[in-house]
Amino acid sequence: MIPRPFEYHAPRSLSEAIALLNEHGDTAKLLAGGHSLLPMMKLRFAEPGHLIDLGKLAELKGIREAGNEIRIGAMTTENELIWSTLLQKKCPLLVEGARQISDPQVRYRGTIGGDISHGDPGNDHPTLMIALDASFVLASEHGERVVPADGFFLGTYMTQLGAGEIMTEIRIPVPAPGTGYCYAKLKRKTGDFATAATAVTLRLQGGKVSDVRIVLTNVGQTALRASGAEQSLLGKPLDEAAIDEAARLAMSICEPAEDLRGDIEYKTAMAGEMTRRALRTALTGATQ
Amino acid sequence: MSKKVMVSFRLNGTQTDVVVEPRELLIHTLREKCLHTGPHIGCETSHCGACTVDVNGMSAKSCTLLTVQADEAELLTVEGLAKGGELHALQEGFMQEHGLQCGFCTPGMLTRAYRLLQENPNPSEEEIRYWMAGNLCRCTGYQNIVKAVQYAAARLRGEAVETSHPLMAEVSAH
Repeated sequence: MIPRPFEYHAPRSLSEAIALLNEHGDTAKLLAGGHSLLPMMKLRFAEPGHLIDLGKLAELKGIREAGNEIRIGAMTTENELIWSTLLQKKCPLLVEGARQISDPQVRYRGTIGGDISHGDPGNDHPTLMIALDASFVLASEHGERVVPADGFFLGTYMTQLGAGEIMTEIRIPVPAPGTGYCYAKLKRKTGDFATAATAVTLRLQGGKVSDVRIVLTNVGQTALRASGAEQSLLGKPLDEAAIDEAARLAMSICEPAEDLRGDIEYKTAMAGEMTRRALRTALTGATQ
Repeated sequence: MSKKVMVSFRLNGTQTDVVVEPRELLIHTLREKCLHTGPHIGCETSHCGACTVDVNGMSAKSCTLLTVQADEAELLTVEGLAKGGELHALQEGFMQEHGLQCGFCTPGMLTRAYRLLQENPNPSEEEIRYWMAGNLCRCTGYQNIVKAVQYAAARLRGEAVETSHPLMAEVSAH
């Protein structure tokens, strides 16, 4: 319950935050919503010497449309995602996903940028981001770079976010009208991380799959894109046989960790089942 | 030991200044420095919601907030719900509908429900259960908490309310 002592910094601008991060290096951690970091500090899994609170950086908040992209400030909270009329209208998968994350109090604080940067395979946004073909803006003293979500996650708690970098924005191409989508999440109870979950985005043309993304949560070291399953569906009608084959291929890439949520076989089977359900639901929502 | 800092916030309408170590959690400041011991601690993994208070118009688990993060904030705890000795509709609802037993989750339940009803004055049962999911209770089985929130919601909408509890209804009638 009691974290180790640390120095606290509340920068008023992004450049000030970056300067503090460079000054304190490895001993510093960025504080966003604090709903992964503080719990780890309270259990002394993490013992940073400096916390740099991004809470006062209004420039990292907000959801807006820019051309054919939705741009979301990294410090935007889960609750703000849920109530965003722009997302409800143009990117409902993100709203559906956010509603399945944690609980109301946590969603008032926890941010989309923090959920992604944490790199926990149990988190939902990494999967949703890959399914939505998002990219992330990373700022440092050398300027900005933009990296795609697909490939950003390197391992458990490891991402491409480098030393001295701060995620400032999430960019999502506006899904084309008629895109079907679903986030099917199996969990033991409200607020729990997934035993297994699958995000699907799907487009049809002439009754056949023209574009599909299938991404799995918490059945590997990172969110997993089931590319083989996607390939198996392209150019075909999405019938039950095709769905079964995609689920089988999705299961073939699972490497879940055994824990209190279940053993490897159970989680793998559930990843298959979530994939079937997500594909069926996405199909009912997809129009040509 | 790191350097202590001064933090200022409004607590139930009263300007309050505290001096804390940066690592101090808001729940400990509220309970130990401000002597507002209504908010409770039921876990160390941010699940139970017994420490829920209202921070700048949002429900927050004060065990997962540093006091330094509450600088300049507007805080509401269960102690601030009643006005001039009159119970808030939610407090009355929890009493009338038997929405508490040991009372340990109740301050967090009340402050969470307070914010819920600000955002949704007429929630369905399903909505109440979904939007109260950050608060655990070991005693009630939640059923009467749902009724208590519905009672308060009706009351706040200006509707006539009657308790659904048979014995309490008899008491109120006399």
